[in-house]
Amino acid sequence: MADMTVSAPLATAPARPRARAVGCTEEPRWLRWTVTLVVLALLALLVVVPLASVFVEALRDGAAVAVASLSDPDAWSAIRLTLLVAAVAVPLNALFGVAAAWALTKFHWRGKAWLLTLIDLPFSVSPVVAGLCIVLLFGTNSLLGGWLVGNGLPIVFAVPGIVLATMFITFPFVARELVPLMTEQGKAEEEAALTLGASGWRMFWTVTLPNIRWALLYGVLLCNARAMGEFGAVAVVSGKIRGETATMPIMIEMLYNEYMSVAAFSMAALLTLLALVTLTLKSLLEWRYADQLAASGRH
Amino acid sequence: MHIEIDEIAKTFGSANALHPVSLALPSGALVALLGPSGSGKTTLLRILGGLEEPTSGRVLFDGQDATGLRVQERRAGFVFQHYALFRHMTVFENIAYGLRARPRATRPPNAEITRRVTRLLDLIQLPDIAARYPSQLSGGQRQRVALARALAIEPRMLLLDEPFGALDAKVRKELRQGLRDIHDTTGLTTVFVTHDQEEAMELADLVVVMSMGRIEQMGKPADIKARPLTPFVREFLAA
Repeated sequence: MADMTVSAPLATAPARPRARAVGCTEEPRWLRWTVTLVVLALLALLVVVPLASVFVEALRDGAAVAVASLSDPDAWSAIRLTLLVAAVAVPLNALFGVAAAWALTKFHWRGKAWLLTLIDLPFSVSPVVAGLCIVLLFGTNSLLGGWLVGNGLPIVFAVPGIVLATMFITFPFVARELVPLMTEQGKAEEEAALTLGASGWRMFWTVTLPNIRWALLYGVLLCNARAMGEFGAVAVVSGKIRGETATMPIMIEMLYNEYMSVAAFSMAALLTLLALVTLTLKSLLEWRYADQLAASGRH
Repeated sequence: MHIEIDEIAKTFGSANALHPVSLALPSGALVALLGPSGSGKTTLLRILGGLEEPTSGRVLFDGQDATGLRVQERRAGFVFQHYALFRHMTVFENIAYGLRARPRATRPPNAEITRRVTRLLDLIQLPDIAARYPSQLSGGQRQRVALARALAIEPRMLLLDEPFGALDAKVRKELRQGLRDIHDTTGLTTVFVTHDQEEAMELADLVVVMSMGRIEQMGKPADIKARPLTPFVREFLAA
């Protein structure tokens, strides 16, 4: 009845032009287009154009010259070193990241907040400062470093130092990715596994790890990208010895400073390609396992 | 199995979750731990299952001290409040988990595992869902799968934490009867936690009313209804 009384006057009122139906969460078309265009323009200016120019510069004198510059012994040594450092630092950090996230989310203990802050420390400390810390601690003039050098295991200006610096910088990636997920998942499934007779080890492999595998993969990919690209900390600890302790980012800088433009940009292009491979891998996995991702409650 | 709780106390930091409580649960009984939240009923259940360690006191299973028994050795079928089904495993693998987790010497062969899982799916009256994932099940189905998974290890007792808490009223009524039937078929000593007095009174043989970490009264539902011993019990039942 209420409807009748309201709609009656409306029906007799002269028909007025109705505004085009617009949902309450929908903006007018011109606004949507403007915002989209602004974002696309910014992306192009800040991301696409610089990335593309790296490849353009690298291929300026032709692909053959670019490839030749990469097969130079020093360049080749830098590529191998970067891959080696990532191959050591990333698995170790995956391991430590899982352990840290486990300790933070599955138990209650004093000092938890402290550990969380410590994990974030590498994000807030400048990489150069991190590198300096390692030099101070392990340098030849320090007690520990002197002893290590005396025993034939130099850390600073050698591969172990580069690995240490890279691990310090990339430590938060895996743990940061896992902590929120593991907090949300709680520990009921783990407890269920235990009541069903599983050992702690079996519980970890059959319940915990499958539940975090996607977050773990994301963390590892991010960690890997950063490990290959790290410059500041590595620059301080490596001593930039060409052919020995120069990683790809260091090599790029040195080549660039020497006006060896094609060589510098060829190496930069290769480093970019490595990062793009990582990104593609991630997208492929997301696409291939979309169902499982949805089922595990992660987008 | 006869369960005896002997002066069990539990403190978390400075908070007293359980004052020393003592309780004897006869073999084969269906027991409700009834009380408001914070009454210590879930803590008591978790202590029985070996998921929490009591601060003091003993737990005896069939007269044997089981206080130091690890959770894996207790053989307590535990149904969690939100069921805690393994989300990345099918219903079949969920139910088979406890059998596969056994040491090689006592692990049944695959054919035997399949046979047992099938039988359990029949018992919970969901014979066709073996290949599904927990996310594809309704709340009531999840609860029954959790029950089957707990029964698969041939437990000595069944412990359920708010088994009907996450379900709507209609399903709740149906599953009450389901739990009663499974209890009667298996004859297992069964303890469930609830804050719903109607549920406790209707389903259980014995009701233990708890409040603030203490046992207020224990007895048959009819006796507790007829003769509440403390003002708390009288008020709680009236609510």
